[in-house]
Parts: sequence; structure tokens; C-alpha cells
Amino acid sequence: MSDSTTTRAHAGTASSPRALKMAPDLPRRPFDLRRWFFATGWRHIVGVIMVLYSVFPLLYVLSASLNPRGTLTGSNQLFSAIGLDAYARLLNDPDQPFAAWFGNTLLIAGVTAVCSVFLGALAAYSFSRMRFKGRRMGLMSVVLVQMFPQLLAVVAIFMVMSTISDIFPAIGLNTHIGLIMVYLGGALGVNTYLMYGFFNTVPTDIDEAAKIDGASHARIFFTIILRLVAPILAVVALLSFISTTNEFVVASILLIDPEKQTLAVGLYKLVSNPNYADWSAFSAGAVLAALPVMALFLFLQKYIVGGLTAGAVK
Amino acid sequence: MSTLTDDEVTESESLPPTKRQRQAARLAEHASIGVRALLVKILLLGIVDAIAVWALFILVMKEQWVIGAIVLVVTLLANWIYFSPGKLPAKYLTPGVIFLVVFQIFVIVYTGYIGFTNYSTGHNSDKEQAVSALISSAQERVPDSPTYGVTVVENLEGLGVLVTDPDGDVSVGKPDSPLEPVRNATMDGGKAVAADGYTSLSFQQILTRQNEISSLSVPFSDDPNDGSLRTPDGQTGYLYTSSLVYDQAADTMTDTATGTVYTDQGTGAFTSADGEEMLPGWRINVGFDNFTRAFSEESIRDPLVNVIIWTIVFALISVASTFFLGLFLAIVFNDMRMKGRKFYRVLMILPYAFPAFLSALVWSGMLSESFGFVNQVVLGGAEIPWLTDPFLAKVSILMVNLWLGFPYMFLVCTGALQSIPDDVLEAAKMDGAKPWAIFRLIKLPLLLVSLAPLLISSFAFNFNNFNLIYMLTGGGPRDPLAGVNVGATDILISMVYKVAFTGQARDYGLASAFSIIIFIIVATISIIAFRRTKMLEELN
Repeated sequence: MSDSTTTRAHAGTASSPRALKMAPDLPRRPFDLRRWFFATGWRHIVGVIMVLYSVFPLLYVLSASLNPRGTLTGSNQLFSAIGLDAYARLLNDPDQPFAAWFGNTLLIAGVTAVCSVFLGALAAYSFSRMRFKGRRMGLMSVVLVQMFPQLLAVVAIFMVMSTISDIFPAIGLNTHIGLIMVYLGGALGVNTYLMYGFFNTVPTDIDEAAKIDGASHARIFFTIILRLVAPILAVVALLSFISTTNEFVVASILLIDPEKQTLAVGLYKLVSNPNYADWSAFSAGAVLAALPVMALFLFLQKYIVGGLTAGAVK
Repeated sequence: MSTLTDDEVTESESLPPTKRQRQAARLAEHASIGVRALLVKILLLGIVDAIAVWALFILVMKEQWVIGAIVLVVTLLANWIYFSPGKLPAKYLTPGVIFLVVFQIFVIVYTGYIGFTNYSTGHNSDKEQAVSALISSAQERVPDSPTYGVTVVENLEGLGVLVTDPDGDVSVGKPDSPLEPVRNATMDGGKAVAADGYTSLSFQQILTRQNEISSLSVPFSDDPNDGSLRTPDGQTGYLYTSSLVYDQAADTMTDTATGTVYTDQGTGAFTSADGEEMLPGWRINVGFDNFTRAFSEESIRDPLVNVIIWTIVFALISVASTFFLGLFLAIVFNDMRMKGRKFYRVLMILPYAFPAFLSALVWSGMLSESFGFVNQVVLGGAEIPWLTDPFLAKVSILMVNLWLGFPYMFLVCTGALQSIPDDVLEAAKMDGAKPWAIFRLIKLPLLLVSLAPLLISSFAFNFNNFNLIYMLTGGGPRDPLAGVNVGATDILISMVYKVAFTGQARDYGLASAFSIIIFIIVATISIIAFRRTKMLEELN
């Protein structure tokens, strides 16, 4: 308490907390509003404005989802009426299989996240621990290939998948396995690069010790390394999960039947014209779709920020 | 830390191991593989091989030799890699690389190929299929033709018809195989009702599958000019012939109604003497046509140039605005004396946690001209065309992207700010530097060094930020003068998507050509950027 008071007292002359240690015995000054305002008060004003800007659209969605009336105009009075009708409407309308979309998204994003973390970790392990011809080249091309997002090759992806569905309908167009396979094309890439950096921070002495004790490379990888790098695996898995959830283009082209589509495709169709759509039902869907992702995100926030500074983008 | 470890590895490996060391490593490797691990390995490879054999079987049945050969080679390679000793790096890289090669590298190459074809709605198959499609689309019932008795039958390959002609001969056919005589058919009142190998449809089934049956068209013979048999009611069939006649020897299509002759002039469709094309046509290679069209046809070039400029402007402003807002907030909230920083921080990163496609859709509702929250409530009923005026739509997109992107920049800037060592700043203060000078001359350059790769990747991300554009404005308002489906806020990637997958005319060839143009632009920008930041040098 006394520390923070001294901080305030010295705000005019010393802005770094380290500097005030030099003169700790000055008498307490009475609270000065002006001084407080110029030191930290204005920061709260910025904070309040930014919080309003950030949170307001989210509150709007929440309020619209609780509004029993379905229109856009009806949603403008925030929290004027509260009811769960929109949720019921959304979940019971056979034309919009929301539960199926939700399940599909969880399935596709979950499997993609797990598989791409596994494939990426395998590659990162070999890049980090082994020295072989073409290693530098390989690492470089893995990063460079990502410069051309799959999005650009979407016409070709469509053609390839429709050829595949002529031969093996089970993994072609309109199947979840086919979509997941396409997503796994991006499993090596930024993810591998992130993990590679983290693998390098695990001392190689550990591997050597295990080797001397007679462990095979597979044993070292699965039982030692994977456990030591678990934090980065979790971050990459979450980032991959979120980006797959957000993916629209490939999913909209490969998945044809409404029951097979994902949340991004389904919810987009639900409000492709917001003026005439059932806005409350869409908002209810948005709240339901966003809640698990946001909860996970806030829960793992600390780790994600670490992962982000290492190179991921939104 | 990371480089240190890495250097150690490089150093110890720089001496090549002696022969005895290698031998010892191999022995240790073999001795350490447990029985269980070996079993798992054999089991997994067994599954892969079983799937491959099954796939090969189907591929051979369907006579897909090229794909079959690729599957065979890949499977053999995988077995060789995993069963031979050594080849450790390959063992770890193969699974990911297979997906990378097929769904990333191959599709990029294939995009290049499609960019040189006329692949589009009217040109999506080979010539043979185009001929049969043309002939069957111009089919009409032959006047006064005889009535055939028909039973709709089905086998594993789909629906077919069992036909009894007026003379009492029975034959069976399917849409892709012409009528063939049948023996041993079960007759009922002069009409065949069942045949071996087929299931006859009941009256009830005919009713429920009426649409399928009325579009059923079975050719009389291999020559498409002989016409085909159709059954509107599933009970009786009639001969339909086409008003178009294909002459195989002369390679011409003649319209018997008008007498016009259409010839193949190498443009991928039958064309009459006065230049009228018959669609559908077929796929041909058109060389650089799509590219010359993109840059010489005014109705495509002008919008394309506008889109390229807007894409770059959009990406640059997005990165700059989110970065400076994020940096400003990071500085504001990086003060130890301020209370409740955590609280502000969590609330401010909420937009980043909310799925991006949903944010764009929500904003598109809030910015709606006559019903949206912004106009109705915030601006008290003003009908400002946020999303339908070409200029305002661009402003809206930048504003929404600021909302979406500043939390990320805030997070990374906070991280980078805290990693600037205090003594550097204190030394500057000792030398009498003012706060603004410290920021401009010390903090900002240090920040930019560590954040440059992130800013570049953020630029690259926004360059292809499809979701925001497509969900917020749909690329609109549409440019009525443009020869392609493109609007004022379309960026390159949404233009590709719209040209290829929306609207009546889907031009895959042109879209792929656009994709290649984007490749070239993005590659140029990133090569320049990487040269500058030397990020690649860190990849040792």
C-alpha cells in the first residue's frame, strides 16, 4: 500500500518504479486528483473506451440471441426482452441442422488439430534432433510453401477431390475425411516451425541419457520428448482448432449436404442477407458456437500469448 | 537458448562418426526396439498396405493407370523406408510430407495447369461427352413413333429399363450402355416385367422416384444419332431423336431444324460459320489466353487493377492501424502504477477470442443500412449506406478489421515491450533523452526488429483475408460495368472465389489465372520482405 502511494507521489519526477527506491523517506503527500489523473487516471479513460469498443458487439449478439423476436430491428433495443425462444427455434428447425453443424465442426477441427500436431511434431523432431542432407532446404521450403495459402488453389482442390470421389466416393467430395485430408496438407508449415523452436530448447542431454539407457528413437520421441514439449503442442493444437473452425472457403466447396456442413458454412447461409434473416436464431448460434472457443481461449490465454509472440497470426 | 542448443548439436555432429561408432549406434538401435513396438509398427504398416491393395484393386478396375502407379510407388516407398534400418529423418518426415505434396504442392501445380485451359461452366468435359450432351439436350419425341412396353429395373449400378418392342423382342439398357437383347425374361401379358440380375421397381417406387425416372434416357445403339428411349411415366417408352446430327468423319454438328453446320475450329466448342458457339463445349489448352484476357480486355483489366490496388491498400492499412492502436494500448497499459490492468486486458482480447467469421457476420448486421444498430441507435436513425456505398464499404471493412485485429497486436506489443531491457532505457534517460525521443529512437526500432516477422505475416494474412471481406460485404457493392462478378471491396482472393464458384458462369480457367497472378505478387512481396528481415538466416 505504502509502495503504491509513494509511486503516485513521485509520478511527476520519476516514472520508473526503480527510481523511487532512491528516496524512500519522503513524507506522504495528500491525494492529488490532478496528479493522479496525469499519471494513471487518463489510462483508465482509454481503457473504458477500448473496453466499450471491444465488448459492445459481443453484448449486442448476446442480447439479440435472448430476444424472442427474430428481426434485425427487433434486436436494436439491448436486453429489452429476454427469452430462450431463439435457441429453441435454432435447435428445432429441420432446415438448419445446427446440432449437426456443431458436431461436424468439433469433429473436423478436433481431428485436424490432433493429426496436424502429430504430423508437425514428427517433422519438428527430425528437424531439431537429426542432421541430414537437405535439412536446411526442407525447413526453409516448409515455411515458404505456406506463403501460398491453400485458399488460392481452391479450384484445383475442388478438381482433385471430384476426381477422387469418382474413384473412392468415401473420401471424396462431401465427406469429412476428404476435408480433413485437405486441411492436413497444411500440417507441416508454421506449426512445424513453432514446434521446431520449442524442441530446440529441450536439452539434447536428455536424449543422450535415454539412448545410453537403451531407449530407441521412437521410445525417446513418444515417451520423453512429446511429454516435455506438451505446452507447445497444446498451443499449436488450439490455434489449429480455431483456424479450422474459422475456415470457410474449402469447407463451403467440398461439403454439399446441409447436414454435412460446418458452422462457418451453415451460419453464413443462415444470415447471408441479415436484413431478412432470422437474426435472433443466428445470434443464438453465434453464442453457442463462440462460447466453447472463447472459454478455451481465455483459459489457455497465458500459453497462447507465448505461442503468438513466436509467430502465429490472426 | 534455442540457438545455443542448436549450435552444440551442430558442433558435435560436425565430426563425422567413425565406422565403429556407426556400427555401435546401429547395434544399440536394434537392441533397443521392443517386441511391442515392432508389433505396432508391423500392424500399422499392415493396415496401410491393406488399404493400398484395396485402392489398387479399385483403380485397376476403373482403369486409372496413372493414379494406380502413383499409389503403388508411394506404398512401396513407405514400406522400404519403415522396414529398412536407418533412414530416421525419412521415417519422421514421410507422413506429413505425403499430405504436403498432394494437397499443397500438387494443387498449386495443378492450379497452374488449369490457368492455361478454358475450363468453365460451358467447357467442363472432353469432346466425346460434349457431343453426347449436346445431342441429348436437343432430343425430342419422334412424331407417330411406336410405343414400347417398359419396366423400370435396377441393379447395383443404378436404374435401367427393360423394353418390349412392338414385335415382342425384349432388351435391356442403361443410360451409359445401349439396349441389348435379353433372354429368359419373365413375361406378363406381352410385356417383359422382370429379368435375371435386375430388380423390377414396384408402382409405389416408381411414384416416389418419378424425377429420376423421367430423366432416364437409354440410347438405342452406340451411335448417338440413332436417338434414345425415354419413359415419362415408367410404363411406356417412346423413341426420342435429336435435332442435332453429329458427323464423325467430317467432325461437324448439323442442326436439322435450321440446317446450320457447326464445325470444330479449335476453340473448344462447335462454331457456326458466323461465329455462333454451341455450348457445352469441351476443355482445351488455351495457352496464355486467360492471362491476356485478364490484362487486355478492358472489362476485366480495369476491375482487376482496382482489386490489386485495393488489396494492397487494405492489407497495408489493416496492419498499420491495428499495429499502432495495439502499440498505443500496450504502452498505456504497461504502467505498473495502474490498477486493474488485467481486467482491461481480458476484456480487450475478447474480439480476438470470438471466431472471426462470426464477428464479420455480426458487424454486417450492425452496419445494415436501414435496420442496423449503428444507424438506428448510435446515429439516431441516420440511413448511412455503410456497406452499399463503394467508399464507405471500404471504410467499414477497415474499421471492422481494426476491431478484429488490435487485440492481437496489443498482445504481441505488450510482450515485446516487456522484453526491452530496462538498463537501455535508463541509460538513455541518464543522457537526458525526453520520453518521446526514447520512444521514437530506442523503443520503436527495437520493437520493430522483433515484431517485423509478425507484421509481415500479418500483411500476408490480410492479403488473403477472405472471411472478413466475403462475410461483411460479400465484395460488394457490385461493379456493374465489370465483365466479371466483382465489387468495390473485393480483394484478389475473394475475386478468385467469386469468379470460380458463384454466379451462373463459373470460369475456373480465369480464376486459376488470377490465382497465379496472386502467387507472383505475394511471392515478390515476401521475397523482398524476407531479404530485408533476414528471417530465413535464423533457420540454421
